[in-house]
Amino acid sequence: MAGELVSPTPALRGSARRTAALRLLRRRLIQAVPLMLGVVVINFCLIQMAPGSFLELMTAENQVSDPATVELLRKTYGLEDPVWMQLLKYIWALLHFDFGFSYRQNMPVIQAIWIHLPATILLMVSSITLAVTIGVAAGVVASMKVRTFWDSLVSIAAMFFYAAPSFWLGIMMIVLFSVKLGWLPVGGMMKIGGTGGVLEILHHLILPTLALGLFYAAIYTRVMRSSMLEVAQLDFVRTARAKGLSRNKVTIHHVLRNALLPVVTILGVQMGTVLAGSVVIESVFSWPGVGSLLFDSVSSRNYPVVLGIMVLGSLVVIAANIAVDLVYMWLDPRIEIR
Amino acid sequence: MQRFEFPRFEFVGRFARNRGALVGACLILVVALMAIFASVFFPTDPLRIVGLPELWPGEDPEFPLGTDSLGRDILSMIVHGARATLLIGLFASAVATIIGVGVGAIAGYFGGWVDEVSMRAAELFQTIPNLIFVLTIVVILGSTLTNIVIAIGIVSWTPIARMTRAEFLSLRDREFVQACRSMGMSDFRIIVSEILPNALPPVIVLSSLVVAGAILFESAVSFLGLGDPNVASWGRLVGDGRQLIRSSWYICAIPGIAIMITVLCLNLVGDGLNDALNPKLRDR
Repeated sequence: MAGELVSPTPALRGSARRTAALRLLRRRLIQAVPLMLGVVVINFCLIQMAPGSFLELMTAENQVSDPATVELLRKTYGLEDPVWMQLLKYIWALLHFDFGFSYRQNMPVIQAIWIHLPATILLMVSSITLAVTIGVAAGVVASMKVRTFWDSLVSIAAMFFYAAPSFWLGIMMIVLFSVKLGWLPVGGMMKIGGTGGVLEILHHLILPTLALGLFYAAIYTRVMRSSMLEVAQLDFVRTARAKGLSRNKVTIHHVLRNALLPVVTILGVQMGTVLAGSVVIESVFSWPGVGSLLFDSVSSRNYPVVLGIMVLGSLVVIAANIAVDLVYMWLDPRIEIR
Repeated sequence: MQRFEFPRFEFVGRFARNRGALVGACLILVVALMAIFASVFFPTDPLRIVGLPELWPGEDPEFPLGTDSLGRDILSMIVHGARATLLIGLFASAVATIIGVGVGAIAGYFGGWVDEVSMRAAELFQTIPNLIFVLTIVVILGSTLTNIVIAIGIVSWTPIARMTRAEFLSLRDREFVQACRSMGMSDFRIIVSEILPNALPPVIVLSSLVVAGAILFESAVSFLGLGDPNVASWGRLVGDGRQLIRSSWYICAIPGIAIMITVLCLNLVGDGLNDALNPKLRDR
């Protein structure tokens, strides 16, 4: 996870930093292997625990009776083999990105997920950007005006958005902004028959982003506020003030950058929950991403897609975590991440 | 031998000084009483049709919160839903606490490879997107109340395990533990009766926050229509009302407000407990 301190090394510069980043990247990739293996094993255990046979599971959705297909599945997954051999074959199949075939979409599972992935990643990125922007800004304001009206206002708002279920917030925003005021579309990613231009997509992106992002904005606000207050008490801040720098200058150049670290850490830890949260939001706004696909697959008991989404979702989380670690390193060059 | 002594009166005093926590605790109490005495207040089945459909709140004094699309009393459904929602939250939190404390205690006490393996496992469970994991478990193993509770517990135990581990790491080499060891006490007994009581306060705080998280999880699962079909929790009421947002959005709004208030109060109580149990952090 992000931010485990090993011995602090002197600040690295230029090429040294690049090699350090590459080293970090390599170490992270190696660590990702057992994690992914773990996800696959959990997946396999779920399949084994399910009522009914594996074959029934993989073909349940359409009651596939085509003997050739059943035979193919039987062969791919080695259903007569002992359990450990089945596990190995399952891992082998996944290594080749063979997640099975989805009869509902009439395409391989991996392809079905792949075409839904960009919409979800767009929603995730915009929500996280919104959350970090609002969270950092509100946290800084609250910490600079600590124990004033503004501080209380920010804290109360954060408390509410932290407690409101995101799907409910989404529906309420639809009621207000789409049904009553008619400003924003009810759902979807583009107008029916629309061209899918950038502005059109952005217009549709606003409400889902708010519904998903405000919850995380609330978390980052709280973290940022207490982190700012904590850093502001450190010695180097006093030194900077003693040098004669103005309070605002110290806050922005010295305190802010250091106070950001806990926010980045939490961002990394929560990447999985953001992805999971988008499942619910996508179903509220009919956003055509992985969440909608998952919801559709869950309702139709399309197990191969559900399991595939779990594996690929974990992969996205691992990748995002590595990205966060690199950001962390860039923010604080003293830190070498284990 | 050092025993954990709960500073009761001081603790209650500190908790009560936190106004938010006190209000939160009172409201939680109201919700809990609502859940316990639901069938006293509303003896008839909440899912029975009792009036005209889509009566707005206040339109008919007999149904203060209005009726839904079928003409069922929303107030009665909210009161009865409190039971399901709270019970699921509590049991899921209990599952998460049992797993988390178990794993964390063993990892922190024994250290070495046991610790390494446990923490990698925790990382693994943090990697899998939590709600996707819950949905997968529920859809494959069936939408029963037990499965939902266990699934939410399985995705919520990692912070508790980390916290317990940290506490055990700091306690395991204290003198009183060494004394127990030199007396020949078994590891199991040291863990359960010596270290655990001392490690519990911060864990209790986390558990109360996990209840809030579990309620949000359950409401999302029910909202998506994957909840136990025999249970009318608040999340399901929001989901049921979703089709009517153009004409009668209050059907959706009311159960959502109930969820929000409950979660908000649980968070306030958690914060209050945290402040009361860790006086050092109080003035932050």
